[in-house]
Amino acid sequence: MATATRDQVATRVEDALVEFGADRDAIADDATFEALDIDSLDLVELAQIVEDDYGVALTTKDLEGIDTVGKAIDLVVERVG
Amino acid sequence: MSATAPAAEQAAAPPPTALGCALVTGGSRGIGAAIARELAAGGWQVAVNYRSGAEQAAAVVEEIQAAGGTAAAVGGDVAGPDAAAALLGGAEEALGLPVLTLVNNAGVRHDALSPQITDDEWDAVIDTNLSAAFRLTRAALRPMMRARFGRVVNIASIVGQRANPGQANYAAAKAGLVAFTKTVAAEVARRGVTVNAVAPGLIATDMTEGVGESLLAAVPARRAGTPEEVAACVGFLASPGASYVTGSLLTVDGGLSA
Ligand SMILES: NC(=O)c1ccc[n+]([C@@H]2O[C@H](COP(=O)([O-])OP(=O)(O)OC[C@H]3O[C@@H](n4cnc5c(N)ncnc54)[C@H](OP(=O)(O)O)[C@@H]3O)[C@@H](O)[C@H]2O)c1
Repeated sequence: MATATRDQVATRVEDALVEFGADRDAIADDATFEALDIDSLDLVELAQIVEDDYGVALTTKDLEGIDTVGKAIDLVVERVG
Repeated sequence: MSATAPAAEQAAAPPPTALGCALVTGGSRGIGAAIARELAAGGWQVAVNYRSGAEQAAAVVEEIQAAGGTAAAVGGDVAGPDAAAALLGGAEEALGLPVLTLVNNAGVRHDALSPQITDDEWDAVIDTNLSAAFRLTRAALRPMMRARFGRVVNIASIVGQRANPGQANYAAAKAGLVAFTKTVAAEVARRGVTVNAVAPGLIATDMTEGVGESLLAAVPARRAGTPEEVAACVGFLASPGASYVTGSLLTVDGGLSA
């Protein structure tokens, strides 16, 4: 399993969110997905990217309550270990 | 409101047929073989899946190659364990491109009146005709969503929409396949991935051999359809021209259910 620093994960997550249409300048740890116009399908695709890049599978249950960029990054960092 | 079609935005981008390949399950015979040939004629490199008909699949591949296309046979039972990964991986390995067009065509029937359908007959029909399509679609959506292009075409049946005594298992699977098609279509439409179903009526293949002349009398067109007539519809749904068609059920039945 890959290891990654919080900064590396944050960069990967930010790039993905921009690809999904989020405004890069609006992305911050406390920015909500709702404010960034990131929806459930985007989160599913983010989970797929995380799985492809870091080898950790995130389920819909894991993503419950993950409503900000920072929480998503923390979840990935925690799982990647 | 912006209404720019993705195709227009990407005028200079390579066509989808250069970015991905097509996988046709049950492509060794009948409707699936015709679909494989049709997609190849439309420029797709085609993985021709078969379960037991290795020679027939090889013949379909040869035919496509003789016509100037590219194809490879990929064996495997769609209902087997880990079939989705094996078939999608096998197609990508053989053709060097991810599957961006998936045609869930493999199908079986085990007909009996409901009181006589065994658990095994029920399970076999649901597994092959419905669950396998779900598992393949689930796995194929990943590269499709990433590519912002994908085509899933599920071969249903008019029997999923109206009664045909003796086919409760088959009808349930096909109706389920249509409901699945519509739901997934709505989920992934904004990624440029379309998901449609085709409902053939009575088509002349091994599956319908011996199915009575009496049924034909009920067909307004007064004949059975050909596999090619179904394949032409699949070819359209897989084409860039069908980019705004999703969640639909295209009936190909000579007017039988009209
Ligand atoms: N013919 C019709 O009138 C009609 C009408 C409505 C809908 N349909 C649907 O159209 C599709 C094709 O039908 P068809 O008439 O062309 O049937 P067919 O002539 O019986 O051919 C069936 C194909 O499916 C393959 N197959 C069956 N089970 C499989 C499995 N578990 N894994 C992989 N491949 C499998 C067979 O491969 P092998 O030979 O290698 O085993 C064969 O290539 C089916 O979904 C059917 O329900 C047909």
